[in-house]
Amino acid sequence: MKEIPGDLLFLKSHEWARVEDNGTVTVGISDHAQGLLGDLVYVELPNVGDTVQAGNAAAVVESVKAASDVYSPVTGTIVAVNESLPDKPETINEDAYGDGWIFVVKLDNREELEELLDPDAYAELIENEED
Amino acid sequence: MTSRTILNETHRAAGAKMVDFGGWDMPINYGSQIDEHHRVRRDAGMFDVSHMTVIDLTGTRTRAFLRHLLANSVDKLKTPGKALYSCMLDADGGVIDDLIVYYLDESFFRLVVNAATRAKDLAWIERQARAFDVVVRERPELSMIAVQGPQARAKVASVLTPATAAKALALGKFVACEGDGLFIARTGYTGEDGFEIVVPEGEAVALWNRLAAAGVAPSGLGARDTLRLEAGMNLYGQDMDETTTPWEAGLAWTVALDADRDFIGRRALEAQKKEGVPRELVGLVMDEKGVLRHGQRVATPNGDGEILSGTFSPTLGKSIAFARVPAGAAGDVRVDIRGREVPVRIVKYPFVRDGQAAPGIGS
Repeated sequence: MKEIPGDLLFLKSHEWARVEDNGTVTVGISDHAQGLLGDLVYVELPNVGDTVQAGNAAAVVESVKAASDVYSPVTGTIVAVNESLPDKPETINEDAYGDGWIFVVKLDNREELEELLDPDAYAELIENEED
Repeated sequence: MTSRTILNETHRAAGAKMVDFGGWDMPINYGSQIDEHHRVRRDAGMFDVSHMTVIDLTGTRTRAFLRHLLANSVDKLKTPGKALYSCMLDADGGVIDDLIVYYLDESFFRLVVNAATRAKDLAWIERQARAFDVVVRERPELSMIAVQGPQARAKVASVLTPATAAKALALGKFVACEGDGLFIARTGYTGEDGFEIVVPEGEAVALWNRLAAAGVAPSGLGARDTLRLEAGMNLYGQDMDETTTPWEAGLAWTVALDADRDFIGRRALEAQKKEGVPRELVGLVMDEKGVLRHGQRVATPNGDGEILSGTFSPTLGKSIAFARVPAGAAGDVRVDIRGREVPVRIVKYPFVRDGQAAPGIGS
């Protein structure tokens, strides 16, 4: 199990969010989630300019085993997507918290961040899940 | 209740991700399903298939019994060791299970049937066997390891005694022999050459470890599924079951309508053939990105069908599937993926042959 970077926030559904210096939020899926899915073979990205709602599906990742919605942790507008993923979805398997980021949201309401789990709470969640 | 094979601890120690598979705790992969898939296509991999059910049939009328029980004809089995793939049908022609039958001698045949269908298969076989005085004996104390890939036979031979290795290497396709206390069959479920080895439970871990030391990669049921679909092989419960006849499941090649053989389901099959078979199983390839999955709707000019087995093909780098569609469907065929209709091509399968895209598959 990879160490969880301390600057990330999480949804219970295993998406991570990182608040960048310019106030945008980068989103991906956790290392735990990529491990559950197995080898990823396809990523369906949102379009730049799409509006997304916190807790609603914004992207899809598919492994050999299953398709899984990626929920946006925050409400706002998509300002960037990781264009390299459709050709190299395995990047998420290799580096879920880094090069495997999926999209960036310009968020509408910073208060939504308070609803998210901190790394310790997320670590506890997945530990309990494994029992 | 969850059952475990004798190799369970070995899988866990190797870091396998375990999943429930028809009531069995089995390895889905040991890290990367795709790497395991490629190892089997290019070199050699092994699968614990001990969850499958071995059933020995004995009695002087065993051949007569199997002529009645199976849709394929055991009359094709003339030399000891020879194997045959067949469906076992109910009276309506529905598929109870698919299986392999081995002919050992006139009063001894061996069946290998699926794990998830074990209880109903045994009940059905025992019921039908009574009239033939055939003894039905399950062999739960036997484990099974499938070793598959272009290097599989040589690597297996390297862990056998010279005499047994020579016998195993001389086997023709779909033939089995015995040696070193093992039952070694040149069969498989990946489209690659190789062996399926039946081994007494107490010796299975040692054999697995010897094969691993010989360079055979432990491979999970995930890779087994992508390998068999690329090879165009059906999976019971997904591609056919009691609600489908072999005609509707791409299994006509396994049905022998030979003269003077009254097998269970024959009348229903002949009646359906006469009336016209309403649905058929086809192979699909999707050239666009995405993955075909079980249950997705398939729109054709003749009406809707659905995806049976669907997956990402690691060898082709695109998605492939079996679908059941109205008979004669052709032309503009699309699959509904999350509300989007994606075009697919109907193709002849196997999708992969000799480790590469079969003709017409790659586009």
